[in-house]
Amino acid sequence: MSNAVIKCASYILVHAPDMVIHNGSTQTTEKLLNPNSEYLKNIRSSLRSYEEAINYLPNQVYIGNKTPEDLKLTPQPWVDKPVLNSSRYGKFGEIMPEDEFIGLMKIVDVFDLVKLSKEFTSSIKEKLLNHDLINNELVSRLKDGEDLGDVEKLINEQDAEPLYFDNNLVGCVKRAHDIDPNLSAHVIFENLVSKASGVLAALHLIKRANIDPNEIEYVIECSEEACGDMNQRGGGNFAKAIAEFAGLINATGSDVRGFCAAPTHAIISAASLVKAKTFKNVLVVSGGSTAKLGMNGKDHVKKGLPILEDVIGGFAVLVSENDGISPIIRNDLVGRHTVGTGSSPQAVITSLVTAPLDRGNLKITDIDKYSVEMQNPDITKPAGAGDVPNANYKMIAALGVKRGELDRTQINEFIDKHGMEGWAPTQGHIPSGVPYVGFAIDDIMSGNVNKVMIVGKGSLFLGRMTNLFDGVSVVIEKNDGKKEENKGISEEQIRNFVAEAMRDFAAHLLEE
Amino acid sequence: MSIFDENSKVIIIGDRDGIPGPAIEECIKTTPAEIVFSATECFV
Repeated sequence: MSNAVIKCASYILVHAPDMVIHNGSTQTTEKLLNPNSEYLKNIRSSLRSYEEAINYLPNQVYIGNKTPEDLKLTPQPWVDKPVLNSSRYGKFGEIMPEDEFIGLMKIVDVFDLVKLSKEFTSSIKEKLLNHDLINNELVSRLKDGEDLGDVEKLINEQDAEPLYFDNNLVGCVKRAHDIDPNLSAHVIFENLVSKASGVLAALHLIKRANIDPNEIEYVIECSEEACGDMNQRGGGNFAKAIAEFAGLINATGSDVRGFCAAPTHAIISAASLVKAKTFKNVLVVSGGSTAKLGMNGKDHVKKGLPILEDVIGGFAVLVSENDGISPIIRNDLVGRHTVGTGSSPQAVITSLVTAPLDRGNLKITDIDKYSVEMQNPDITKPAGAGDVPNANYKMIAALGVKRGELDRTQINEFIDKHGMEGWAPTQGHIPSGVPYVGFAIDDIMSGNVNKVMIVGKGSLFLGRMTNLFDGVSVVIEKNDGKKEENKGISEEQIRNFVAEAMRDFAAHLLEE
Repeated sequence: MSIFDENSKVIIIGDRDGIPGPAIEECIKTTPAEIVFSATECFV
């Protein structure tokens, strides 16, 4: 049975400063507990402009205009080293401005829950008509908009979630039920953000992969949101909702959850579905979350920095049957943190990294690049969480020393060679393992890299159903060019088998 | 002499990407100290 391949990946960001203020959980919590705090009073002056977000080096790496190598060559911090005149579009995707994204939320809303003002609708209609991936049929879903007075009425009288752009009220998201908390305006808002950003990532992937959308048979969505009603809170299914707007008419799908580890779980599942010949092309996709916007904002502001968590993330990965060219997903070399693994760093890294390597008779140094928790240290260091990718690489290197595969003095050299700086926004599942997949395809195809390990970790304990956390990993490697051999039996072979059996039978009779 | 004795009360905040709470608990259990709270947090 031939392994599946990773054919293509796309990455998108949405600059969302107004959502930082109104929808980030750090800010909404502060509004409840300290409504008159200095942080809230001055927050707007700590937000970056769209141009500043575009010119931010880690964001440019995320959409593929810059590389992890560029990041390594630029000393940290990167926030004070803008890449001037950067482009909104990159080879992997784009950084969408907030107004167009609010329009996209309206476009993907099929229950008429997003209400936008007439003036705002007309301004974004023009912009979205110029967007390559958003066709006229999609733009027509914006309709003409509402009177702002009606929008205000919905907010004041029916708990609608307000939508702001540039500090002005431009619309709202209505609740989808009068009393169901799972269909409240807040939940519908978060789910539409996740859906819209997932759709944008899927549209970029289809364009990049140059694939006929009809050929995608299954979609696995792996965000951290839940959609459903009061009778089935996490019923789903974002996957099919995204597939509908990405034009994947031959696809169905399902949602995979596992906190930040979900994307790696999803890639492993997709690879298995393709290897088992259940489906030929599986799309793994996820949008981002607004709750995590400005999560560490207070620490950033305290240190005189702008609020760096001002973007929503999204990505998509296409997993397909072996084409003899694209990198192979070695789903026989999968690591997993099991219930019995335990939580010591040694046990965690053994189960995630060295156990699968041992299965393939590989050493820690045989993996050219490890894609771990790729959180941007510009965001995490000022918040006291340190350099997360670096902490993960240190643990992998330490186990390498323990196994005698590298010397203690080679730890920094190992991290330099096999590790990378983090560039992904702290959107939970967005930085976990997957940010390097797009570069991995390019690096493997160009021969710079042979083997890559994607490692995803998830904080299950946050859901209060278990104290455990989770992790899975998978190896991706260069395609040896051999497609699956035809294992069928030819007519000639059958004749030979029958002839052989007849000869044996005749010989048996003669003996008697 | 151990830094913990039978009068010590220990609060453990572990880090998922560093040393998780249960791993620190195992170390503290080798001392006479009492663990009054232990949790692992995700700082990202």
